[in-house]
Amino acid sequence: MSRNFLIWGAFATLFAATGVFATGGVLDGAIEKQSLNVAAIVMFLLFVAGTLGITYWAAKRTKTAKDFYTAGGGITGLQNGLAISGDYMSAASFLGISALVYTSGYDGLIYSIGFLVGWPVILFLIAERLRNLGKYTFADVASYRLAQTPIRTLSAFGALATVILYLIAQMVGAGQLIQLLFGLPYWMAVVIVGVLMTLYVTFGGMLATTWVQIIKAVLLLSGATFIALGVLYSFDFSFEKMFTEAINTTRDAKGMMSGETIMAPGGLVNNWFDAISLGIALMFGTAGLPHILMRFFTVADAKEARKSVFFATGFIGYFYILTFIIGFGAIVLISKNPEYLTAEGGLLGGNNMAAIHLSHAIGGNIFLGFISAVAFATILAVVSGLTLAGASAVSHDLYANVFKRGEVNEAQEMKISKMATVVLGVIAIGLGIAFEKQNIAFMVGLAFAIAASANFPVLFLSMYWSKLTTRGAFLGGGLGLLTAIVLVVIGPTIWVAILGNEEAIFGSKYPALISVTTAFVGIWFFSITDNSKRAQIDRAAFEAQDIRCQTGIGAEGAVTH
Amino acid sequence: MQQELVDKIKNDPKYQALVSKRSRFAWILSIIMLVIYYTFIMVIAFSPQTFAIKIAEGSVITIGIPIGILIIISAFVLTGIYVWRANGEFDNLTHQIKEGIK
Repeated sequence: MSRNFLIWGAFATLFAATGVFATGGVLDGAIEKQSLNVAAIVMFLLFVAGTLGITYWAAKRTKTAKDFYTAGGGITGLQNGLAISGDYMSAASFLGISALVYTSGYDGLIYSIGFLVGWPVILFLIAERLRNLGKYTFADVASYRLAQTPIRTLSAFGALATVILYLIAQMVGAGQLIQLLFGLPYWMAVVIVGVLMTLYVTFGGMLATTWVQIIKAVLLLSGATFIALGVLYSFDFSFEKMFTEAINTTRDAKGMMSGETIMAPGGLVNNWFDAISLGIALMFGTAGLPHILMRFFTVADAKEARKSVFFATGFIGYFYILTFIIGFGAIVLISKNPEYLTAEGGLLGGNNMAAIHLSHAIGGNIFLGFISAVAFATILAVVSGLTLAGASAVSHDLYANVFKRGEVNEAQEMKISKMATVVLGVIAIGLGIAFEKQNIAFMVGLAFAIAASANFPVLFLSMYWSKLTTRGAFLGGGLGLLTAIVLVVIGPTIWVAILGNEEAIFGSKYPALISVTTAFVGIWFFSITDNSKRAQIDRAAFEAQDIRCQTGIGAEGAVTH
Repeated sequence: MQQELVDKIKNDPKYQALVSKRSRFAWILSIIMLVIYYTFIMVIAFSPQTFAIKIAEGSVITIGIPIGILIIISAFVLTGIYVWRANGEFDNLTHQIKEGIK
């Protein structure tokens, strides 16, 4: 049956994609000046055909729950490093950060650095312990010695909230981007992305999801390298020359920073609260993202887990340096070129198109097609990982361990996880369409705030603090979750930008400093005052857990002969 | 894990050495990374003009740019240092501990 579905899915996608040929003509609206991009469509179809082939191959190897959730634990450190960096290099970070450099220069670099520095800390403090304790989800680790029902439920909701917010942001971004790049109607783009990701995850599980991510990471890194080399080539490989021309180009620019101000920090972070809070959100948020954490269970042991982070940090850092060059290249090569500008002088399709236009300026139509296809592939790969993380939270945490209290056979759990994948696919398509015209700028920030304030503190203290109890983790984690949501709602991104109020009740866009502190203090307070029977069990179990954390003795899939 | 085994490993001097050496190393590296990052972001919050100083007379490049690139490289180098020591020294100790409980 699975084979028929795959073939059906491939046809549906081909059909939907080729539908452009018929509808392209009527799409010449105000925003889409983009003509039909044949090269992009051909290359995207090649990518889809290749990844469906991988899914077919992976489907034959995905038999057990361990295969489905963790690709059988057989991914190597280098492969996993590429997959992790692929999860991190979303279309939003590729297009968004190069756009930020394009409009604000140096500020783009500040953002990149914040996103990167969480990784070393994850390696030093979290990666190995996570690998040694966990099985399929980060809730396995958080609830290792605590009462299953409350902690799994809290972690699963934390995971689902993060995943769904992220999914909406990605789906809306996908629809808008594909509309621009391929001339496809918005809804059709969202449906194609939703159908493909459901196919990858349902049939190919983690193995297919990982390989889709690896292929895309390699394509994206190569494409971005090519653009950056093209930029440097046009300045005779002289940074001095590139920056000088960028300064001269922006002297009288409107809607972006101008002249020498692009070479120094602007207004991105300008007070101590935002500075600390943004840092905490990015660092602890990364360490609480379920789709990233689950990647640590796909490698054989702690050694491979470490190598994964080493490679991932290298690839992500390299990628951010490329986006910096790409942004500056775009300032010089496209910001004054009428071919890429609207009548008002802005970029066609908005500033997020900077990297895309630049690829055309450097490599012509064929290369534009390649980069557009890579951007589409990027979205697909990232939403697939998110969907798998969400499905595991439903099937492994909520169904198998909370609802069935661990008494469930593999076949049932697999069935539920596939059903959950399809349901998440439908939800993602539905919300993607519903949020088309909404302001979704707050969603990724909120996802990071929840990951940092609810997921991370419980996970971290469960591994590091012997006195943690179930009550402390549940109440403290819950308080962190609540604080994060409330502060985002009454902050500038929702209270002012969406609800239209004059002034925000909470003045900062970054609530993490307060919500993370609340979570840690809450967990501490409700743990030390906990004298219940359960608390004694929780504390007594720390010693054995810590030995497994430190050595991997007894760890899932580890070799202990 | 049975209590017997837990006690045996816990009292193994090699286990104690592994835990204390690795914890110290991991925390030191984490603190180095945090200090680097927060120094950077605090300079941006309080004294952004510091990063606007030119790297040389007549150049347009500000010191903020090489500093930013160096921070990216430092993150990579720090992970490399940790992985190098952990995959050698710490894994050897872990292996010996596992041999000891056979």
